[in-house]
Amino acid sequence: MKMQEMQNIPEPHHFDLAKFVFGRLTWDALPLHEPILIGTFAMVAIGGLVVLGLITRFKLWGYLWREWFTSVDHKKIGIMYMVLGTVMLLRGFADALMMRAQQALSFGASHGYLPPHHYDQVFTAHGVIMIFFVAMPFVTGLMNFVVPMQIGARDVAFPYLNNFSFWMTVGGAVTVMMSLFVGEFARTGWLAYPPLSGIAYSPDVGVDYYIWSLQIAGVGTLLSGVNLIATIVKMRAPGMSLMQMPVFTWTALCTNVLIVASFPVLTAVLALLSLDRYAGTNFFTNELGGDPMMYVNLIWIWGHPEVYILALPAFGVFSEVTSTFSGKRLFGYTSMVYATVGITVLSYLVWLHHFFTMGSGGDVNAFFGVTTMVISIPTGAKIFNWLFTMYRGRVRFEVPMMWTVGFMITFVIGGMTGVMLAVPPADFVLHNSLFLIAHFHNVIIGSVVFATFAGINYWFPKAFGFRLHAGLGKASFWLWLVGFWTAFTPLYVLGLMGVTRRMSHFDDPSLRIWFVIAALGALMILGGILCFLAQIAVSIMKREELRDVSGDPWDARTLEWSTSSPPPEYNFAFTPVVHDHDAWWDMKQRGYQRPVAGFMPIHMPRNTGAGIILAGISVAVGVGMIWHIWWLAIIGMVALLAVAIGHSFNRNRDFHIPVEDVARVEGARTELLRKVA
Amino acid sequence: MTAATHIRLAADRAGPEFYLSEDHHPENGTLLGFWIYLMSDCLIFAVLFATYGVLGHHYAGGPTGAELFELPMVAVNTAMLLFSSITYGMAMIATQEGRVKATLGWLAVTGLFGCGFLGLELTEFAHLIAEGNGPQRSAFLSSFFTLVGTHGLHVTCGVIWLVTLMVQVKRWGLTETTRRRLMCLSLFWHFLDVIWIGVFSFVYLLGAMS
Amino acid sequence: MSAHAPAHDHDSGHAATPHVTRKDYVTGFLLAAVLTAIPFWLVMGHPLPNPALAAMVVMGLAAVQVVVHMVYFLHMNGRAEGGWNMLALLFTVLIVGIVLSGSLWVMHHLDVNMMPMSAQDMRQAP
Repeated sequence: MKMQEMQNIPEPHHFDLAKFVFGRLTWDALPLHEPILIGTFAMVAIGGLVVLGLITRFKLWGYLWREWFTSVDHKKIGIMYMVLGTVMLLRGFADALMMRAQQALSFGASHGYLPPHHYDQVFTAHGVIMIFFVAMPFVTGLMNFVVPMQIGARDVAFPYLNNFSFWMTVGGAVTVMMSLFVGEFARTGWLAYPPLSGIAYSPDVGVDYYIWSLQIAGVGTLLSGVNLIATIVKMRAPGMSLMQMPVFTWTALCTNVLIVASFPVLTAVLALLSLDRYAGTNFFTNELGGDPMMYVNLIWIWGHPEVYILALPAFGVFSEVTSTFSGKRLFGYTSMVYATVGITVLSYLVWLHHFFTMGSGGDVNAFFGVTTMVISIPTGAKIFNWLFTMYRGRVRFEVPMMWTVGFMITFVIGGMTGVMLAVPPADFVLHNSLFLIAHFHNVIIGSVVFATFAGINYWFPKAFGFRLHAGLGKASFWLWLVGFWTAFTPLYVLGLMGVTRRMSHFDDPSLRIWFVIAALGALMILGGILCFLAQIAVSIMKREELRDVSGDPWDARTLEWSTSSPPPEYNFAFTPVVHDHDAWWDMKQRGYQRPVAGFMPIHMPRNTGAGIILAGISVAVGVGMIWHIWWLAIIGMVALLAVAIGHSFNRNRDFHIPVEDVARVEGARTELLRKVA
Repeated sequence: MTAATHIRLAADRAGPEFYLSEDHHPENGTLLGFWIYLMSDCLIFAVLFATYGVLGHHYAGGPTGAELFELPMVAVNTAMLLFSSITYGMAMIATQEGRVKATLGWLAVTGLFGCGFLGLELTEFAHLIAEGNGPQRSAFLSSFFTLVGTHGLHVTCGVIWLVTLMVQVKRWGLTETTRRRLMCLSLFWHFLDVIWIGVFSFVYLLGAMS
Repeated sequence: MSAHAPAHDHDSGHAATPHVTRKDYVTGFLLAAVLTAIPFWLVMGHPLPNPALAAMVVMGLAAVQVVVHMVYFLHMNGRAEGGWNMLALLFTVLIVGIVLSGSLWVMHHLDVNMMPMSAQDMRQAP
């Protein structure tokens, strides 16, 4: 026994400098013993260095900073969201391929190549990334790019806030990606239920990475919701009443209402989970009065509206595409609007269907089962409206229309499996089986992913002035469609046979064939993604052949098509006046003449670096909180406050584009249109 | 919707006009945007109230609200917040009348009430924690501290914002920007008093009766 | 490109700030003070015989005071921002109502069905 122990003198407290500076971050956080991660890191590092090197070589940093990163232009921000979504799609899909491969291989004596510890992170990351950093950026990007132009406005209501929202979303994505190489990610599934996600059962950094990446991105999303609502309410062109807005704008309005009315719930629940993890509170613990089911309850109060946040803009895209490529006004505009608003309200009344099996009893289950079935009705009404729009129209099967027809078939089937799951006794058999996995991939891929590709192919010429290569677009579509059904039909079969989700190993060899087929489907989807990337590359290379100078390559119906492609930074030299639905179509029918004189100086907001700086500091705070580097977290929070307050003292926020510049830009367009005519 | 009556349309041909030839500025959306943000903040508090509602009787063998809450102190706090609401109202009237010094004076008083509120609340928290009745003691205490603490955090942000605005009003006067910001802070400040009604009624008064 | 002088702010149209009066604030303050004093008085010294009734009175007065604050301090009316403020408020009230009542209902049922039974409950189970 030591002298001190014998004398009961307490040991002097040693100040551990390394622990103070680095928190719980040590060299062990680097995955030096995991070959897959080392390989991934090598690829990412090399690829990253190549990209950074090329940017430096061609001296593009200044251009990128001035024209893109600090831009408050909704069009540029929209495009950046789409780039973010595409990059994260590659990461999220890599996770999918890994899962398909593992499940095809891991039977009986073979345990595949992914140990459960790693597999659990893969399925968690796959879900988190696909929902928050692929689907959300894609729909937000489309709404950002399209809505201001569709309502005849020059930008959103709060352009600076828009820039900030984008960079906060990027900050969340960066935080998730960091977890791949430093430390680990959560192993809890994409919703991180306690008690597993509590400090007792997940003491490591994984769940903290999860929490902070979502909290950072969540701020961006919430503010973007406020922004778009104010934009649509306040900035519509004269004459555009609510019932004359394009349907995509209606779905955007309802989506952003859902965002504002649901993301605070996510913020609050994750904050409560953080308090349990950091401060030892007992919200969701198993002892001292906590109740883990309260987390499940609250997170799904957010979670169900979330899926409609993803689906409604998708429905909006399909409405625009269907009416344009059928050459007809959308059938049943009023019922479309009511259906959208109905879905918005009803989406708050169904959340318990995600946990029918947790014992709330017959009365509660019956109520939510009925509401879940009811919510399928307005969605069905929309399908009929699209079909009636196509009926007796002159349908042109361009790439966006192909995605739309693919959606109608795919989504309806997925929706029907949803109605099956809405029946509580059926759900008791199917809950958390592969049937559920197949259902939600069916509806989300069918709606959101298909709509993203339809929207990209549709609006790309507006954004860049040339169309996307149709052949590769069609190849991508067929590979996705066939690949999707090949990958997920086996999962429906397996689910009906009772196979549970999130398993990394199986003992029954008779199941294997289904997983192999599913893996083949995943490879087909990979082909679809590669065709999409090739489509972008080839289109850029062949942009002169694919050039569109009219600004309206599809003979479309809404106001964004009245501008040049790409539009000038101010969108409209003169604010449009609207008289009817499909305002641009109305203008074309009534012999609209584009004004070529009488220009005025145009009031525009300046660029800002505040957004990217605040987001960067937020990521630093997140890292500090994750790794318990308290000095970093505290300094970061003070810095956030200081920068925000400092920004509020900046009054140099706008300028006017002089008349000569407007005249020059508009004159150039006049010249171009004359050459084509 | 902007009134269509003031629009002068291009008159270079007969038939419907499709664009405005005059400069068009859409209405400022800041107040609406801020109101919508406040509605989202309402939802955060709703979650905290719901959590308190569900977990508020989970004492884990520890003390209840009736044993812990000191209603006279809560009454003083409630009074301070209510007074701060009316002093902010007086600040808004001074703003409307264009009186910078009066605005600053009333804002300062409001801030002092806010700080008094926070001081008392922090004392209450420190007292509870020192007794061993901190947020870790039970789910009831976790939800109490979080709900009341989140409200207090909002008041703190309000005070910081108030000081910042006082500096800006002093420097720039009552411009359209500072007036708009004062209006937003007004919404925020009164909103926090509304939330406090929920807190003192549902948490303290009902808790003291249980 | 020239920047405009900072004092000239570009947000045209009518600013939607409502006209406020001293009368509004004083009335609101007095009403709120009374609506605060009554529940405190009730709970602190003069409890009603029925605790459930007392709870309803406290919450009822709280609801009334919220409306008082909305009208007199927040200048809530159907015309602000073209009616959009009211619409946003009503929608929020709806969602808050669903979150509160839904959570309480669901969690209560989960507790009743799923919390551990005492030995006596087990003997009485069918």
